[in-house]
Amino acid sequence: MNPLATIGRVFIGFLAGLGRIALFAANTVSHCVRPPFYPSLIARQMMDIGFFSLPVVGLTALFTGMVLALQSYTGFARFQAEGAVATVVVLSMTRELGPVIAGLMVAGRIGASMAAEIGTMRVTEQIDALVTLSTNPYKYLVVPRVLAAVAMLPILVLVADVIGVLGGYLVAVYKLNFNMSSYLRQTVDFLEWMDVISGLVKAAVFGFLIAMLGCFHGYSSGGGAQGVGRATTNSVVSASIMILVVDYMLTELFFATR
Amino acid sequence: MDGVPKIQLSGLKKAFGPKRVLDGIDISVAPGASLVVIGGSGTGKSVLLKTILGLIRPDAGSIRIDGEETTSLDATGRERINARFGMLFQGAALFDSLTVWENVAFGLMQGQGMHRAEAKARALENLASVGLPKEVGELSPAELSGGMKKRVGLARAIATRPEIIFFDEPTTGLDPIMSDVINNLIVACVKDLGATTVSITHDMHSARKIATHVAMLHGGRIIWTGPIGDIDRSGSPYVDQFIHGRAEGPIQMQVRA
Repeated sequence: MNPLATIGRVFIGFLAGLGRIALFAANTVSHCVRPPFYPSLIARQMMDIGFFSLPVVGLTALFTGMVLALQSYTGFARFQAEGAVATVVVLSMTRELGPVIAGLMVAGRIGASMAAEIGTMRVTEQIDALVTLSTNPYKYLVVPRVLAAVAMLPILVLVADVIGVLGGYLVAVYKLNFNMSSYLRQTVDFLEWMDVISGLVKAAVFGFLIAMLGCFHGYSSGGGAQGVGRATTNSVVSASIMILVVDYMLTELFFATR
Repeated sequence: MDGVPKIQLSGLKKAFGPKRVLDGIDISVAPGASLVVIGGSGTGKSVLLKTILGLIRPDAGSIRIDGEETTSLDATGRERINARFGMLFQGAALFDSLTVWENVAFGLMQGQGMHRAEAKARALENLASVGLPKEVGELSPAELSGGMKKRVGLARAIATRPEIIFFDEPTTGLDPIMSDVINNLIVACVKDLGATTVSITHDMHSARKIATHVAMLHGGRIIWTGPIGDIDRSGSPYVDQFIHGRAEGPIQMQVRA
């Protein structure tokens, strides 16, 4: 077999997949702004994505903040700059780790379940049944999930920011013997609104990516149980990769405007 | 057949890659008729139904519903036409996140915007007409047996009182007695609604019971069509082989790929 042909085929397949995702995303956005809307379905998804993700996001944020304080202390202590620990913790959490950690956790928890649920509906013909009952599957299945994720991710990240900073504070004060009030003052002194806002914007974009990719892989799954399994895996892998890639692009964008 | 046919297909073609599943289908169904499409597994019977419903886009040909061309419709027009259809899926395709009565009332609430309480009353009536007590309405689809799922699927398909109903293998996977129950329900519901129906099946017993007309699909084409009464003297060796279920004949099943 011609190896060049194989490379070409893989590349064309990749581009075709990218095109399908882009079309799906465009379709989703256009259905977001056209009635009918399903407020009760959006509310149920918000509960699932926002409220029930709190424990896992909170726990990971707590330990991330704790390890940040510990690691930056070991570094800064070597050139007597321990005072910067609080600033490093709060900036890393709000600008970077809050959105990324929450995004990755939600991709694993929510993206996977969306792909599995919609994928099962696809292979059992439930999506076709929706169409025969005069219901647009984009509007009924995809739009509520995407809107709920875009709305809830920033809130989750805000919670993750606070818990992460708290984790850093606990380690700094109780393990590294920092002064309570001066640590807190250093935390807020160098923090700018833009640091928090940029993190929340990232979160909203990640929420869109997670829900859209979860729905896309579920919607286009086929081939029974195996197909649904593959859709689930693909949704988590593609969302995780996209979160890290888009995170860099957004950081560059915010960095340039500052 | 006089007047405008309810469903008219001409030159309908669909291929998946190199495989030509539908290769020029021409058929028309008169209002109130019950067409049963027979044919072996994998001959494109399901594809045919999904193409008429607009779930699959045909490569060529025309589909007219009451004389209106539907292959060129936009999304809004498609929804308007689909509101006149009902379908019973092979695996019933009940929404497992909803209760049984919410499934039956789905088309009424989502499609027609009916109020919840009124839709529930209508759903329970429909469940009763397929012989299910109202307690079943509160169960989830996962708690039902195969025959009950089919009956709920039937109740859901007729709840919006559609003009055209499709049945995708309504008796597959059921025991002979439950098959006959479903066949009787189909006949009774269709008579009650005055609907036009298209069913696909390879169960000849079921076909004889529910059909007014039969069409045989083979090799992507309709190779024989006629009233159900003529099926035993079709003169087609393909039809004879199929209805008597013989392995030997002009239809060669591909045992090995």
